[in-house]
Amino acid sequence: MQKVIESFGVGKKFGATQALNDISFEVNESEIFGFIGPDGAGKTTLFRIIATLLLPNEGEMKVLGLDATTGFKELRSNIGYMPGRFSLYQDLSVEENLNFYATVFGTTVQENYDLISDIYSHIEPFKKRLAGKLSGGMKQKLALSCALIHKPRLLVLDEPTTGVDAVSRSEFWSMLAKLRKYNITIIVSTPYMDEAMKCDRVALIQNGRILSIDTPQKIREGFSKRLYRIRAQDKYKLIIALRKYPNTNTAYPFGDSIHVTFIDNAPGDSLPGFLESEGIPGVTIEESGAGIEDRFLELMEKTA
Amino acid sequence: MKRFLGFVKKEFLHIFRDPRTLFLLFGIPAVQILLFGFVVSQDIRNAGVAFLDLSKDEVTQKLTDRIISSGFFRQTDNLLTYNDIDKVLKKGKTKAIIVYEDNFGRNLLEKGKASMSIIADGSEPNTATLVTNYIMAITVDFNREIAGNSAGSGSLITPEVRMFYNPELKGHFMFVPGVITLILILICALMTSVTITREKEFGTMEVLLVSPLKPLQIILGKVMPYFILSLINVIVILILSWFVFGLPVKGSIALLLAESMLYILMSLSLGILISTVSKTMQQAIFISLIGLMLPTILLSGFIFPVENMPAVYRWLCTIIPPRYFIIIIKSIMIKGTGFFYVWKETLVLVVMTLIFIGLSVRNFKIRLE
Repeated sequence: MQKVIESFGVGKKFGATQALNDISFEVNESEIFGFIGPDGAGKTTLFRIIATLLLPNEGEMKVLGLDATTGFKELRSNIGYMPGRFSLYQDLSVEENLNFYATVFGTTVQENYDLISDIYSHIEPFKKRLAGKLSGGMKQKLALSCALIHKPRLLVLDEPTTGVDAVSRSEFWSMLAKLRKYNITIIVSTPYMDEAMKCDRVALIQNGRILSIDTPQKIREGFSKRLYRIRAQDKYKLIIALRKYPNTNTAYPFGDSIHVTFIDNAPGDSLPGFLESEGIPGVTIEESGAGIEDRFLELMEKTA
Repeated sequence: MKRFLGFVKKEFLHIFRDPRTLFLLFGIPAVQILLFGFVVSQDIRNAGVAFLDLSKDEVTQKLTDRIISSGFFRQTDNLLTYNDIDKVLKKGKTKAIIVYEDNFGRNLLEKGKASMSIIADGSEPNTATLVTNYIMAITVDFNREIAGNSAGSGSLITPEVRMFYNPELKGHFMFVPGVITLILILICALMTSVTITREKEFGTMEVLLVSPLKPLQIILGKVMPYFILSLINVIVILILSWFVFGLPVKGSIALLLAESMLYILMSLSLGILISTVSKTMQQAIFISLIGLMLPTILLSGFIFPVENMPAVYRWLCTIIPPRYFIIIIKSIMIKGTGFFYVWKETLVLVVMTLIFIGLSVRNFKIRLE
């Protein structure tokens, strides 16, 4: 299978700050490849290098078989790029924005309409409205339509779902899944761990380094310890007490429960009694499978 | 080409969607022209003058009549002694006092020479200069008539000061070229620099860069609409100054428009250059206003004559593009000269334009840093 992106030891510095460090990965054709990591991890910088907008200081970035530094002219007509912030013309209407990007890329809306129809049909009723007056979810759909209008071989989506409501987010991901049949490779970054499950493969990225690359399933399975979900009425008191417990390895709050690992991999019989003595009654303890975020935190712990 | 036209169309949409841009483009020039025309008007009409006639002969009487009947002056007083001068001027109604020496007429006939002085109220320097200039012009005129009558004895009353090219002594002539020069460089440079930095600020530049558009296409696409609109602006200003102030273009209108196009192009490329060095719209506006408006007003010869400046400033003036356009446009509009007389200045503008375009294309970043 042809590699769409090949990155060999890419590094990027801004002044004294090392934004990216020894980034190596490969993306296969028609894959949805996710970059998961907190704000400031270096996702945007990496995506800008892939989109030929920044030059790496070290290493080599090959996109669609071309070097991103020297082959940028040819690459630019084959990449659909959606920056992290809404980057369309707010004073132009939905239709005008779409037509503009179509002309700039030397195509027409009609020519590739089938590609975007699924997405664009949601906003078509508002095509006379100025882009600046659209809701967050609609802006995102318009931006995706504009990035797709020239039928790119690679779609680069930088945090497309940040600041978008939950319904629009899941709609967005099902649209991406449908694009697979057009043979379009998609790389997408997100700070939301739950979205990682919708990618074919993900890379966990933190402080400019890739911690792990694998399928979401394998990443979850990579979790090295047994994980317990512990619940109580007073979550705050519970986590303080758990961190005091000598056998506790890690304890992180997750929604309404605390995800805990133990040094000898089991809570031990003394835990309920210990929590009771700390003044926390009605504790439930159950073993559970690890999520991506658990693995992420574990990896972070290791590198820290 | 289709890409380029699509880009130009988008730029026009931006302009027509934004009332503020439209106002800047068309409102400001009209307001400026009218404002300058009526407020900074350098015309004098019915300025008060007084006479101290120590000679009281036929010649002084004639000259006095000539001055009064010119329409620019009205007589406020007739003085008897030098002591009254101060008193009369202090009242403020008299802008200047004309003093004829004793035996003025006889001196003129016998010695071929006679002196008169013009004492002007210096508290209003502009008016004082104008009034003295006007009186001198009338005197010179009068002088010429007498000289003609007395068979070429070449009699002189005052050092000769003539008003070239402005025989009707109208002030409007001086500022219309200046205002055109100022407005064009301001609007062209400001607008283009703002419209490009706006794309940077809103992040749309990022998407434009990742498109197959070439830097030159982006730059020309940005410039084209403003080029057309600025040209329309020049025509509007010329029509306005013709109808409101009765100021015709003496030289060739085609040449004037051609030179204006060159100047517009120069200003636009300057605007692009500004945009390549500024990151935000505010920065671009600041550079355009402070960096262009002040020098244009102060150093281009628009208000203050370059010839009277200290050497350092005169040297500075030579690197200010509007300086050359003012010379060109004044020559064409007021003197009615042809291309032959302004080719040097035109060449300077062409070279400057090429330098600015070259620098802009070189500075235009095809990436984000």
